[in-house]
Amino acid sequence: MTTGFWRQALAVTRKEIVAEVRTGEVLLITAPFGAVVLLLVPLAIGTDRPLLARVGPGMYWVVVLIFGIMVALRQSATDGAPQRDLLGLLGIDPAARFAGQAIATTALLLLFEAVLLPVAGALYSPDISGWGWLAMVGLLPMFAVGLGLLGTLAGWLTVSLTTGRSLVPLLVAPLAIPLLLSATQALEGLRLRVSIGGWVVLLLALDLILAVAGVLSARPLEEASR
Amino acid sequence: MPPAIPVVEFAGLGVRIGDTPILRGVDLRIEPGEAVGIHGANGSGKTTLLRVAATLLAPTEGRGRVLGADLFGSERFDVRGRIGLIGHTPALYPQLTLEENTAFVASITGRPDHLVTEVLAKVGLAGARHRRVDQCSHGMQRRAEFARVLLTEPDLLLLDEAHAGLDPLASDLVSALARRTTGRGGAVVFVTHDARRAATIVDRAYTTADGHLVPGP
Repeated sequence: MTTGFWRQALAVTRKEIVAEVRTGEVLLITAPFGAVVLLLVPLAIGTDRPLLARVGPGMYWVVVLIFGIMVALRQSATDGAPQRDLLGLLGIDPAARFAGQAIATTALLLLFEAVLLPVAGALYSPDISGWGWLAMVGLLPMFAVGLGLLGTLAGWLTVSLTTGRSLVPLLVAPLAIPLLLSATQALEGLRLRVSIGGWVVLLLALDLILAVAGVLSARPLEEASR
Repeated sequence: MPPAIPVVEFAGLGVRIGDTPILRGVDLRIEPGEAVGIHGANGSGKTTLLRVAATLLAPTEGRGRVLGADLFGSERFDVRGRIGLIGHTPALYPQLTLEENTAFVASITGRPDHLVTEVLAKVGLAGARHRRVDQCSHGMQRRAEFARVLLTEPDLLLLDEAHAGLDPLASDLVSALARRTTGRGGAVVFVTHDARRAATIVDRAYTTADGHLVPGP
């Protein structure tokens, strides 16, 4: 990947982040909504603290996953047809555009995770040690990268389809299962104080597979969107 | 360095979308330094022709080359950075300022930052450069697009109703952009309903009718 590739990718990232800062859709709308969902679960299942501590980590990842896909799809929609034509005619490498959007989405998802983490910690009090929390902080970027890539890929797929666009989130959900499984099992491992190496490797492998898939499919998806 | 080969070369070119023919048997050759006008009624295929010339839409029949690149091959992707398009809808990011939009283009294309201020000043947007696009009038947005063309200096400039909704001063900018492009050895394709205005810019004119391209305004 050349200097030109990264210069283009980072220009796209900067543009996406500035647009998000101006609209505040993730921090001002989606994150509070995610926090409300985390709050509703204890209200629905009662104040059984051991149960809440047990389901809390899983609930956290589910909320991050569902709202994260929404964030990623929303991000991909910032480029309308005129903007996509413009980017094509500026000679931008579609893979650089994909990378730029995925980096921006990942950064926003990381922020989203960081906002929800203390909320989940306070509401569910999961039985995780100090080191466990540290390892948890390490898991956040790995999950955000995977979800950012998957969401960006889903967004591009949505734009490239002429029909059946509303089905894309449903098609993406099963692809997110390995991400969700590895994140929840890693967190469960932290709670039970057992090795989580295998789940971390799976998470990293998923990130790599999604990155390669995104870069390779960027050109055909972009052409299909015209 | 101006391109020595024809900028646009279509022979028997056609576009079908599904079973519907949009363009049929189009023959068109545009040399470096030429400006060509294309007129025609709504739905006659003008914009489709422009999108084919922009390499954004692949033809389905005939032969076509733009800036030497075969429109049926992947080489068309390589010349896209040399094509400028001003379409019906401004291709700007509404949440960014006029300056940020232009700086984004400079960043993508590797142009130096100082050119951003220069080109915005040339189109009369120096005082408004910190204004967000969604707070700008249509005319200001169009001027920002002209600034982009000044920045990227395309070898093929495609203008789709670029005069629409502009005041006389901004309209003059369109003419100046076209002259600047042909003066550098590039080519201009100017799609408009307004044949009288186009006559002041173009060397030749064509009319689209029922998917065919015929000489004459």
